[in-house]
Amino acid sequence: MIPGVSMTHILILSGVLFTLGTLGVLIRRNAIVMFMSIELMLNASNLAFVGFARSMGALSGQVFVFFVIAVAAAEVAVGLALIVAVYRSRSSIDVDRVSDLKG
Amino acid sequence: MTVEFAIFLSLAAVAVGASIAMLVSRNAVYSALFLVIVLFAIAVLFLLLSAAFIAMVQVAIYAGAIMVLFLFVIMLLGTENVESEPSHPWQFATALVLSFGLIIQFLIVANGLPGESGGDFGEVAEGFGSPAGIGTLLFEEYLIPFEVTSLLLLAAMVGAIVLTRWERSK
Repeated sequence: MIPGVSMTHILILSGVLFTLGTLGVLIRRNAIVMFMSIELMLNASNLAFVGFARSMGALSGQVFVFFVIAVAAAEVAVGLALIVAVYRSRSSIDVDRVSDLKG
Repeated sequence: MTVEFAIFLSLAAVAVGASIAMLVSRNAVYSALFLVIVLFAIAVLFLLLSAAFIAMVQVAIYAGAIMVLFLFVIMLLGTENVESEPSHPWQFATALVLSFGLIIQFLIVANGLPGESGGDFGEVAEGFGSPAGIGTLLFEEYLIPFEVTSLLLLAAMVGAIVLTRWERSK
């Protein structure tokens, strides 16, 4: 029992953090900062997972968070390798300068 | 206001404030350090929600390993301050409007939780979220997903090495 804190509070915080992550992807043009915003979105969803696990008394929700963190670690390794590869060929990680597919 | 709610409010304020600071700071190193603050605040929230093991994993893997990797790459490339002027003048306004729509949807969902799930948290069993409980579940019910995760990490490792390899022969 957590007196005063309800699932609605957790979900609102999770939604606000997710929205801030989305905003970061939309307004920043530094690829690394965009990537960090994606991590923020993953964390917001983890928070909702843990909240629901607590609210329903189901430990499976926490195991899912564990898997999400493992996938995030793999994603960061590959994503940062891609950013390094893009920087080598462009000398920039500004996403507005990597627009060859734009036509 | 209960102690728990005060803790929740202060953690939420820290997390949201650091997220906004991450978005607006021009230097990517500052952004990364603000993200570390957010990750720590969320780890403490996990503790509040009786997820002790996940909170430790969060601190060790996210705030430890992943953010160090981010800082390494930022400093390796020396790209702290690269940011051109927006190529579309309406980009910022559009992003704000879209985010506003998204947050309205989240609030509607959060306020309309069915049944009892939106209410206060009930009691949980002793040791809920402990390493022993998670480990038992992980190695019995979720054994195959756990093994697939190891395959995924191997693939990511090979992929990262292949992508960043110097090709001297060309």
